[in-house]
Amino acid sequence: MELFLEILLGGLLIGGIFSLVSMGLSLQYGVARVLNIAHGEFLMFGAFITFWLQQKGVDPLVTVLVVAPLLFIAGFFVYRTMFTTIRLKSPNPGVFESNSLLAAFGLYFIVQNIARLIWGTTPYSYSYLPGRVTIAGADLLDNRLVAAVFAIAVGTAFYIFLARTHIGKSIRAAAQDAYTASLMGVNISFTLALCFGFGAAMAGVAGSLISICYPLSTSMGLGYTVIAIVVVTLGGLGSIPGSFIGGFILGIINTGVTAWEPSLAVAAYYVIFIILLLVRPKGLMGK
Amino acid sequence: MMDSVKKSWKKHLVTFGVPLVLLILVAFLPRYGSSYNVTLTTYFLMNIALAVSWTLFSGYTGYISLATAAFFGVGIYAAALFYPVVGTQLPLIVVVLIAGAASFVLAFIVGLITLRLRGIYFAMFTFGLVLLFKELIYYYEINVEGLRGRFVVLQSNETIYYYLLGIFVVTMIVAYLIRRSKFGLALQSIGQNEEAAAHTGVNVTMVKILTFAVSAIFMGAAGVVMATKWTYVDPGVAFNLMISFTPVLMAIFGGMGNLYGPVIGAVLFTYIQEVLTTGDLAKYYMLIFGAVLIGAIVFMPNGLVGVIQKLVGLVRKWRKGGSVAQNADT
Repeated sequence: MELFLEILLGGLLIGGIFSLVSMGLSLQYGVARVLNIAHGEFLMFGAFITFWLQQKGVDPLVTVLVVAPLLFIAGFFVYRTMFTTIRLKSPNPGVFESNSLLAAFGLYFIVQNIARLIWGTTPYSYSYLPGRVTIAGADLLDNRLVAAVFAIAVGTAFYIFLARTHIGKSIRAAAQDAYTASLMGVNISFTLALCFGFGAAMAGVAGSLISICYPLSTSMGLGYTVIAIVVVTLGGLGSIPGSFIGGFILGIINTGVTAWEPSLAVAAYYVIFIILLLVRPKGLMGK
Repeated sequence: MMDSVKKSWKKHLVTFGVPLVLLILVAFLPRYGSSYNVTLTTYFLMNIALAVSWTLFSGYTGYISLATAAFFGVGIYAAALFYPVVGTQLPLIVVVLIAGAASFVLAFIVGLITLRLRGIYFAMFTFGLVLLFKELIYYYEINVEGLRGRFVVLQSNETIYYYLLGIFVVTMIVAYLIRRSKFGLALQSIGQNEEAAAHTGVNVTMVKILTFAVSAIFMGAAGVVMATKWTYVDPGVAFNLMISFTPVLMAIFGGMGNLYGPVIGAVLFTYIQEVLTTGDLAKYYMLIFGAVLIGAIVFMPNGLVGVIQKLVGLVRKWRKGGSVAQNADT
């Protein structure tokens, strides 16, 4: 029973971060139609910016104020230059999806290589809020609790932004049908670039939060990309709440499998992913 | 009329004559070439076989397969199991056939369960498949067998060369025949509009699965031969994702509209790869790789062959324009 509770709570904590990463990918893939394999690289850059500022004496949670806008600009710029060109040249959405996937792989190679040239391949870590707290009999680290709460707060805030603002409405319209949305007066190139930017920013923030809990390295990104892809498939393409909930589900699966056999955690994601694609490719909340 | 006969005769000479001359030159390379050139050509042949067989399925249908490394890895593991340093070895040609058959069966099963999926899901599925194989075999080798890495008998450069040449020739012939057949037409129609193809009576699922499985044969066969060159086998070597990406890049870079595209792409790229990874630029290899990939997709969606065709078309149009004006005079 105690083990069960520990897995559940631990899963919910890591799930908060998974949710944030996945909501970012959901915007990029579900709305902007780019299966961004370089998503985790934005996350890695976020983590390293936080680490760099932390070494200069800035509180890691404050660094989010730098990381989010910086990565938003990077994502927005990448979409406006590269992916918009590909989108306008593609004869149909299917071609755009496969070409943008390949371009995203190119982006992955470039970002990964730049990071390696700057930071090498050794892992870094720093200590932040190392205390422990006991909740309902489960022993939890302070920093994970703070990171999870922060991730959930950002996720919820973004959801409210989507639901209540004008820009949020145009994003939701673009998610349903980009072409029709453009006929209804939504500036589609701008909106999609915005989505990509928000996605990158969320990945960056998630990276900052990950860096306060776990060691960081230049190769950390791809693992989170895979997790995000599984979660987005789990939650349903284009469904932001689906990704939010899916993140927690995968978090619990992660801690469960890790408690049983750590070296099979990654394999478990693929098994879930493959089963999902075969049984319900629409995902839990997809239409 | 005479003119068109003459033209088609000329065309046939180019279609068959040029490759034949090249093939003869390549076939005798180990007799006169340096060992560096033989090794380089070995990689040319391997990458051409991979790129052409990738294009065979993905180029026509538009379903991006990232499973090349999975089938290649099956070949490498076939070599590790049936052609090991320690234990009984089967004849190499038998191992190649086993790997081809195993890849065919695996691709058939994968196709059976996934090719109903939309294009992008298929790409992700095949991507996940390679990583799943890698993780599971690592787990099995470390935890169940308690070993890390296997060794394959080393073959002479010449044997490897001729095996790959054989695989290359068979790949090209099969690709050419499929292209020319009703089957190839069905494939193309699937790529253009799958639903319309289904309505005109094409058994869409079967055509896709069979082509996918046939293309996997050559990948598996190439894996066996390369394993006898590299000799060390572990899941990281066998299921290397770069093996999945390079054929895609080569095909896009060269152009997928005809058979020459992937060949040109593969040769150029292998050469670039060779120059970059051995020189001072090795550090930047991935960076340049990524930049070229993006550049190829953004600026030449029809590849190098597309660019050349466009240029040839422009020149023809310009010359034709001139000749029409002359005809008007007479």
